[in-house]
Amino acid sequence: MVEQLSPLEPVFRAGSHGNFVDGIGVTLSEIAPGSIVQLAAWPGQEKKLMATINSVTALKLADGAGAGASSDRYAAFGFAPAKFLVTDTSEGLAATFAKEVPSAIGTVTDLSHGRTALRITGAKAEWVLAKLFAIDFSSAAFPLGSGISTTHHDIFTQIQRSGPASFDLYVFRSFARSFWKMLCHAADEVGYEVR
Amino acid sequence: MLITCPYCGPRDVSEFAYQGDGNRKRPDPASTDPETWNAYVYDRLNPAGAHNEIWQHAGGCRAHLAVVRDTLTHEVSSVRFAREHGAPTHGRRKSGAKA
Repeated sequence: MVEQLSPLEPVFRAGSHGNFVDGIGVTLSEIAPGSIVQLAAWPGQEKKLMATINSVTALKLADGAGAGASSDRYAAFGFAPAKFLVTDTSEGLAATFAKEVPSAIGTVTDLSHGRTALRITGAKAEWVLAKLFAIDFSSAAFPLGSGISTTHHDIFTQIQRSGPASFDLYVFRSFARSFWKMLCHAADEVGYEVR
Repeated sequence: MLITCPYCGPRDVSEFAYQGDGNRKRPDPASTDPETWNAYVYDRLNPAGAHNEIWQHAGGCRAHLAVVRDTLTHEVSSVRFAREHGAPTHGRRKSGAKA
């Protein structure tokens, strides 16, 4: 495998930043999963594709828009009708799915080098994200494990709630550096730690 | 203006791309009648009121949607997947409910 380099490297400054005198509102990090894979089912094949995702990842994807789940190793969620994003901490997930998903069921696209995965965690995570996206980030509207597709000023972003106060954001790698800087600016007010 | 995507729920109009009048019916490709094609390309009803439109949720799930929008008030009275011709208006995801 080709070694993955972080597009954030020139601007990634570990440590505390912004208004952290009264505490850290959020922690920002790059989670760099080994694999990021997009799966799409042909019309009428969605259930079979979901069953394949469940069998490969041992997750239990519920039916319904945006439903998702995660484990220590895998994360998966629906981001569009019959389309799913699946991540693995290890490399090689696309090759696994290529064997498991017949062409009659759907398609497998390896996005491991095409997306950058960021994580925002902390009591003010919803507050900071709400500055960037016109989305209801409350746990009632955005429950644990579920995911969405949205944009910030035309930067397409897929977001999964990975914890009660934690969100994983997937952005195009070519936009990741500017998006990261914007995320840092948005978190300035509440104080943030980069790690 | 909000459009309630059947998959994603209510989203700001900035996430959507207008794809044109939803009333148009493409003529028979074998047709060589210039009047028919001229009408298809240029003639629009331009109603003051409910209007059938095609939008794409370009900044979201990327689905093409059949939308009924009031051109006077911008009230959106119906949204469904464009591929569901003739299907009743429905939503898989209600506002505030994710699963």
